[in-house]
Amino acid sequence: MKWVLVAAIVVATVLGDLLQSHEMKRAGEQSVSARGLARLLHTIVRRRLLFLGVACNAVSFFTFMALVQREPLSFAVPASSASFVLETLLAKFILHERIGTQGAAGALAVLAGVVLVGG
Amino acid sequence: MIKGQTCFSSGALKTYSVLLLFLALKAVGNSAMAWGMKQIPERMSMNPALYLRAMLEPFVAMGVAALILALLTRMALLSLADLSFVLPVTAVGYVIAVFLGKVFLHETVTSQRWLGALLIFAGAVLVGSTSRSTTPSAQEPE
Repeated sequence: MKWVLVAAIVVATVLGDLLQSHEMKRAGEQSVSARGLARLLHTIVRRRLLFLGVACNAVSFFTFMALVQREPLSFAVPASSASFVLETLLAKFILHERIGTQGAAGALAVLAGVVLVGG
Repeated sequence: MIKGQTCFSSGALKTYSVLLLFLALKAVGNSAMAWGMKQIPERMSMNPALYLRAMLEPFVAMGVAALILALLTRMALLSLADLSFVLPVTAVGYVIAVFLGKVFLHETVTSQRWLGALLIFAGAVLVGSTSRSTTPSAQEPE
């Protein structure tokens, strides 16, 4: 059960971060193409994503409350660092960003750490 | 990079003060939240009402308040320093949480867990300092 909660926290955190970053890039674009209907559609899309992002943050926070009720703090906080691993994987395989040796080594160290913390 | 990187400039002093405030708020928030949640008899499930009721517990309320302040402080910190500075230095929070769990919440912390927390700290420093998230074109030399 504790790993289900950790997974929920990690997915919600990373998704929230992605939406936020997406949102910021859109806000930047908007100043260029901010006109009429396009602007309206833009705003709706933005608000939906903004809402989703906020919802992700809320899910992450409430799940952390549930985790910390069942498990020790010395597990809950370090375990949620698994978001670094998911972020690195997403950056590599979805965003096709170049992950250097340093980034890959770091993500592996975090993963190993999470396994040890939970053991 | 930190604005005003020279050693004793007011900029660096401000950055480190905000950093300390963030770590303190996070520590207080996490501990209060963990303590408060363990006082609540009914287990959290998918029912949202349970979470709202949990927030009436004084320690949980204190934890929520401190964690909201921590979030705002982190935003302030991000306005003073780059993510490639903020992520590695705030990673120490993982080790602090284990320490707080042991000392204040009397949790059993095995040496395996300490090792795990240290590995996470080291890994987060490595990942964080590569800083993909801030304007890569301006930072990476061609």
